Amino acid sequence: MELRSNVPSGPIEKRWEKHRFDLKLVNPANRRKSTVIVVGTGLAGGAASATLGELGYNVHAFYYQDSPRRAHSIAAQGGINASKNYQNDGDSIYRLFYDTVKGGDFRARESNVYRLAEVSGNIIDQCTAQGVPFAREYSGLLDNRSFGGAQVSRTFYARGQTGQQLLLGAYQALERQVDAGTVHTHGRHEMLDLIVIDGVARGIVTRDLVSGEIRPWLADCVVLASGGYGNVFYLSTNAKGCNVTATWRAHRLGAAFANPCYTQIHPTCIPVAGDYQSKLTLMSESLRNDGRVWVPRDPADATKDPRTIAEGNRDYYLETRYPAFGNLVPRDIASRAAKKVCDEGRGVGPAVDGERRGVYLDFADSIKRLGKSKIEERYGNLFEMYERIAGENPYETPMRIYPASHYTMGGLWVDYNLMTTIPGLFAAGEANFSDHGANRLGASALMQGLADGYFVLPSTLAGYLANFKGPKIADDHAEVRAAVGRVNERLKRLVSAPKPSRTPDSFHKELGRLVWDECGMGRNAEGLRKALARIPELREEFWNGVRVTGSGAELNQTLEKAGRVADFLELGELMCLDALHREESAGGHFREEHQTEDGEAKRDDENFTYVAAWEHTGDLSKPKLNKEPLTFEYVKPAQRSYK
Amino acid sequence: MSKKLNLTLHVWRQKGPTAAGDFVKYPASGIDDHMSFLEMLDVVNEGLIEKGEDPIAFDHDCREGICGSCGVMINGMAHGPRKATTACQLHMRVFHDGDEIWIEPWRAAAFPIIKDLIVDRGSLDRIVQSGGYVSVRTGAARDANNIAIPKDDADLAMDAAQCIGCGACVAACPNASASLFTSAKIGHLALLPQGGPEREDRVRRMVLQHDAELFGSCTQHGECEAACPKQISINFIARMNADFIKTAVTANADLKQREGQ
Ligand SMILES: Cc1cc2nc3c(=O)[nH]c(=O)nc-3n(C[C@H](O)[C@H](O)[C@H](O)COP(=O)(O)OP(=O)(O)OC[C@H]3O[C@@H](n4cnc5c(N)ncnc54)[C@H](O)[C@@H]3O)c2cc1C
Ligand code: FES
Repeated sequence: MELRSNVPSGPIEKRWEKHRFDLKLVNPANRRKSTVIVVGTGLAGGAASATLGELGYNVHAFYYQDSPRRAHSIAAQGGINASKNYQNDGDSIYRLFYDTVKGGDFRARESNVYRLAEVSGNIIDQCTAQGVPFAREYSGLLDNRSFGGAQVSRTFYARGQTGQQLLLGAYQALERQVDAGTVHTHGRHEMLDLIVIDGVARGIVTRDLVSGEIRPWLADCVVLASGGYGNVFYLSTNAKGCNVTATWRAHRLGAAFANPCYTQIHPTCIPVAGDYQSKLTLMSESLRNDGRVWVPRDPADATKDPRTIAEGNRDYYLETRYPAFGNLVPRDIASRAAKKVCDEGRGVGPAVDGERRGVYLDFADSIKRLGKSKIEERYGNLFEMYERIAGENPYETPMRIYPASHYTMGGLWVDYNLMTTIPGLFAAGEANFSDHGANRLGASALMQGLADGYFVLPSTLAGYLANFKGPKIADDHAEVRAAVGRVNERLKRLVSAPKPSRTPDSFHKELGRLVWDECGMGRNAEGLRKALARIPELREEFWNGVRVTGSGAELNQTLEKAGRVADFLELGELMCLDALHREESAGGHFREEHQTEDGEAKRDDENFTYVAAWEHTGDLSKPKLNKEPLTFEYVKPAQRSYK
Repeated sequence: MSKKLNLTLHVWRQKGPTAAGDFVKYPASGIDDHMSFLEMLDVVNEGLIEKGEDPIAFDHDCREGICGSCGVMINGMAHGPRKATTACQLHMRVFHDGDEIWIEPWRAAAFPIIKDLIVDRGSLDRIVQSGGYVSVRTGAARDANNIAIPKDDADLAMDAAQCIGCGACVAACPNASASLFTSAKIGHLALLPQGGPEREDRVRRMVLQHDAELFGSCTQHGECEAACPKQISINFIARMNADFIKTAVTANADLKQREGQ
């Protein structure tokens, strides 16, 4: 497989403009005749569908929820970055580009990141024009906050519901096109396979989640904007339905999967309360601005009322270890530090499976300094949410937090046009690997999803479609029938395992725990090998023993889950293989063997400055590694230091 | 410390849109009071699957109270007894050992039942299609700070924009009206200058679509506001009605003016 990034040459600030000019256009009369399939209506897919519809293409948008407005993007709380420099604090396109490349620990493609920074301002203009109610100052102008340790205030937000408001903006633009007849929406439809004809993506196979009908959809090109794969861990901050199926099916047909081991663990989530736990809830990172993180010095104090533990017996471990950034160190660092103190037996909160996994986030000092009303004004809704879930009042007793899977930087490999290694198949948003390298900075996923959907894909798809000369395909084409056949066959196997004994969730929990332990916040060769030995066994047990009630010809949520778990069982192995091969630490990928003397991530730029793009070979345990070398012409790699 | 609860559930089971439905009784024992309501249903469902029985179908996704997927009547209350809380954010501590819990789908002509607790809320999307947007093409926007909007207006617009589209307002309303949902979108956009040019058309089209979907009319019971997990105020319904009436007058005036020319 050849990886051609198709990055334009020339000065970085001119590349996108030049490229856009070089891309061909599709004349308006021909757009109607081009059919585009978009899987996903989150920020990336919703924005792309709306824009392509406006341009006059014939768009079919698919999503598994009942309405496009419910895509997982709705849950993003904190905000979206843009280099508007409205605060006059020295921000610029170049600074946002620089921060993102550095934040990604020098494992992202410079040209893509620059483009992202370049269109970031247009995103804010577009969303504001749609009526997205961003927070404002008394002057009536837009407000900003600083987020995730950034030195400038470039984050735009809408209370604690930024993702919701941005998604509703895209959703409304999409529904406008539905009304105009350009976009056709297909809710409660799950993509279960891709149709590739003569090496080119030409359609998808879906299951109607209400009737169970399996059918093909044909098009001139296909966009996957199906989100990330963080649910491989079972417990994560993702919505329950988030899955890897769409991208994984494409991977099995030839789309390279890049950097699967780069996952982001968010430090401030509500800890697991019991073995029935179904998902984890994120508490906004902004809490770290006023909360102090600590654990007892003595493990024996773990069960004591924290308020009775004397100051001298508390370990404010982030403040001591990172005096310059203190409680505001980046996500990966804060997460690992929490794991470390819990590994030492100093975790707090209820014991689940014999372990206490939680640290305190204490507001007592801030309440004393600023008064309860100020804290309530800043975090009232978050405190209420915490109280609702944990049943404790954080104004009186410290919150308990613990890291949880939150975002996946890896995804389908794409070139500068967001096209995968299968011609005609594009990937956008969290589903691709493109812009965040080994670690994503806060407030930049929303930016990337909307950049891809509103600004990048509409240009690059036109470039592809203008040259596209594929024949018209009929539903009874051999490849179409083969794809439908594969789907039917798989569903049949899922409902008729030879020895049905365990529920899909029970397999998912076991896989999740294994991948979390061995390929989560800290990884080492021994643990990864252990997981690599176990996952194929578990996969076999699954196909032999999964218990799915009912049939495929009806609404069947157990069957939906089983299909998703089956794909996670394959992806999990690739994640571990990728993590094992990458003999360095970078961003969210922390190999315990590769750390500095004081326990920080140690990159190996000489040997690992590349994107690992894995190719399916037919043997899940032996994928082929392809490398896209990364070059840094503008931002020179240096060790990230937050001391 | 967590407590264990032993409960009896009465759950609406219905195979499909045209099948007859009924309540079926299930014991739910050893329920940890830290569980969320949906986690309690997960536990019951795992037990059903293990016995080879069809689990209870219910919509859910984010489980954080923001996607609007979940929503059931719990003891006759939309999303259950806790104020400003979706079913997924409701925790079992609000119940007591020995409680009987009745769980039903949203009931409304505009929300046909698909299966068990799942209903079809496509009617809400169609209301948005009829005008719940600002018509601005991608790339056609001017600099965001060219429009200054008084903070109070922006904040009030945000109050309305918070709607999660769950349908609780409809389920709680004795007339099964979606006025709160419709007025929240109309109110959000009417409060902002960006929504100005299409304001008249929007209110007219959306209200007509609302009625065409078989939602009932608002007779100001206020149940919707009480049930709304985002506490959206019924003042938005008053604003919508005022706009609608005004449009009837101004639209006629426009027409007369145009005819006179
Ligand atoms: C709790 C939380 C808070 C966050 N906060 C922030 C933040 O403050 N700032 C920030 O920048 N980022 C944040 N993120 C990250 C960000 O929200 C996501 O990365 C981003 O929204 C992903 O958007 P997307 O369009 O790629 O995919 P999604 O929004 O996940 O959409 C995926 C779409 O694909 C569809 N789909 C998936 N699989 C299939 C299939 N097989 N068939 C058919 N359809 C399918 C779904 O129905 C859905 O429409 C947060 C994430 C979480 C979990
Ligand atoms: S599941 Fe999303 S609001 Fe309840």
